[in-house]
Amino acid sequence: MPVGDRALLVEFGNTISLDLNRKVHALNRAISQLELKGVEECVPTYRSLLVYYDPLKISYEQLVFRLRDFEGRLDEFSVSTRKRVLEVPVIYGGERGPDLAYVAKYHNLDKKEVIRLHSDREYTVYMIGFISGFPYLGEVADEIATPRFETPRLRVPAGSVGLAEKQTGIYPCESPGGWRIIGRTPLKLFDTRKHPPAWIQPGDAVKFKPVGKEEFEDFRDNKNETMQSD
Amino acid sequence: MKLCKVIKPGFFTTVQDVGRYGFQKYGVPVSGAMDNYAFVAANLLVDNKPNDACIEITLQGPAFEFLNTAQIAISGTALSPTVNGEKVVCWQTLQVCKGDVLSFGRPRSGCRAYLAVKGGIDVPLVLDSRSTYVRGGFGGFQGRRLKAGDVIEAYEPSILLKFGFSMPQELVPSYSNKLTIEVVLGPQSDYFTDMGIETFLSSIYTVTTESDRMGYRLDGSRVEQKGSLDMVSDAIPVGAVQVPKSGKPIIMMRDAQTTGGYPKIAVVSTPDVSHLGQVKPNDKIRFSKISPSKAQAKLLEYMRTLSQMKSELVESRL
Repeated sequence: MPVGDRALLVEFGNTISLDLNRKVHALNRAISQLELKGVEECVPTYRSLLVYYDPLKISYEQLVFRLRDFEGRLDEFSVSTRKRVLEVPVIYGGERGPDLAYVAKYHNLDKKEVIRLHSDREYTVYMIGFISGFPYLGEVADEIATPRFETPRLRVPAGSVGLAEKQTGIYPCESPGGWRIIGRTPLKLFDTRKHPPAWIQPGDAVKFKPVGKEEFEDFRDNKNETMQSD
Repeated sequence: MKLCKVIKPGFFTTVQDVGRYGFQKYGVPVSGAMDNYAFVAANLLVDNKPNDACIEITLQGPAFEFLNTAQIAISGTALSPTVNGEKVVCWQTLQVCKGDVLSFGRPRSGCRAYLAVKGGIDVPLVLDSRSTYVRGGFGGFQGRRLKAGDVIEAYEPSILLKFGFSMPQELVPSYSNKLTIEVVLGPQSDYFTDMGIETFLSSIYTVTTESDRMGYRLDGSRVEQKGSLDMVSDAIPVGAVQVPKSGKPIIMMRDAQTTGGYPKIAVVSTPDVSHLGQVKPNDKIRFSKISPSKAQAKLLEYMRTLSQMKSELVESRL
């Protein structure tokens, strides 16, 4: 469907589901791999792909026609061909994860159990948004899905790992925010000097790795550059 | 080359170019000049490329002391500019000398002015653009708005103009405190009742003081939604009009976040996003529906106007 005068939205549904999101990323990949003429920029989200185009180079009707064709061939570009799994070290609880205790209590779990449940699965990067480089990851286990704060905190430090219902995410820079903060990563997720500026990209997979204080500091001091440069 | 020193920063003065494209998928807003038309015009008046970086001035004027001779042009709203206390003309090439002081006042209507300098403002490219994104703290002059004492640099022009240019009157827009803005309905107009859409298209909205480069919060009649439909976040284009639960529309502007979960009832046409760049608190807005094909025809006409503007300029003495 048309969005304003120079964009088009391909909507696959209105739910958060891995299946829908795979289609979004497959279509995004198809457009970039086949270098569709006239397309300027695509923004993948949970359930839709926003396609900006130059009407001097391709008409709305032509673009719809091409995208319909791609939609029939999504399997060729499906996510199985991805597979970047990024390991994100996290120090859980304490001052860096002030809401870990709340999440544990909310679900009547031990803190260790929350950490185990949060870090033992691979999450899909559904989309990046909210603030530059913020990855929306899902889905977390039902046992630890926790509603966000009714009133957001004014300041959430950079690197904070949060929960909001069945989503988890990482704040790349200090920002106001309403997610329950259970830990922090020493990694720098967003750097304007890098191309692309976001280390974690839509369609990637992320796995959290619980680390101790020493390892956290080691990562922060030494490994940031190498983690960033791939 | 050192261009000028900021004596007074004004209300909100930043370096902008046409915007930062290609990074919205990483959550990076497009930023760029709020009034694209006036921005491009200012560059053409000093024979720059249309995308060279300019200084965007908002509502209350700054003052600059020039550290070198320069050829400049001011476009956008008339902020009653003066050089050494004497009135100067907008929409025309001007020559300033070392030691000259350029000051601005307040606008009667309109909101933003652009200051272009022959050669373009010299700030580093960040993610392919010279635009400032203040909230993210990057781009433009050190990722922030200008403050007193800053020394702004410009690229040394290869040749100086022997004569200047002025904009023919019919290409100089007039700014009003009451504006009709053309919108294409969707992508989520189906979240609203027929009555809600009718309200949206027939009411006069007031721009509130909670308005900046990110977006304009409007006050006026509530737009009725169908029940309490929840929407899963998706992408926000510049010019999207989203309606939160309060029913009061918000127009998303150039520094807006790239994704969000409020339904978007409509998207403002590209030429009218430029017009919105001249809107300020307490101005009145009415939305008018336009079909996607008509909007696209108007966009092409807008692009043609900009690409032919150079040949329409009238030579003037410097």
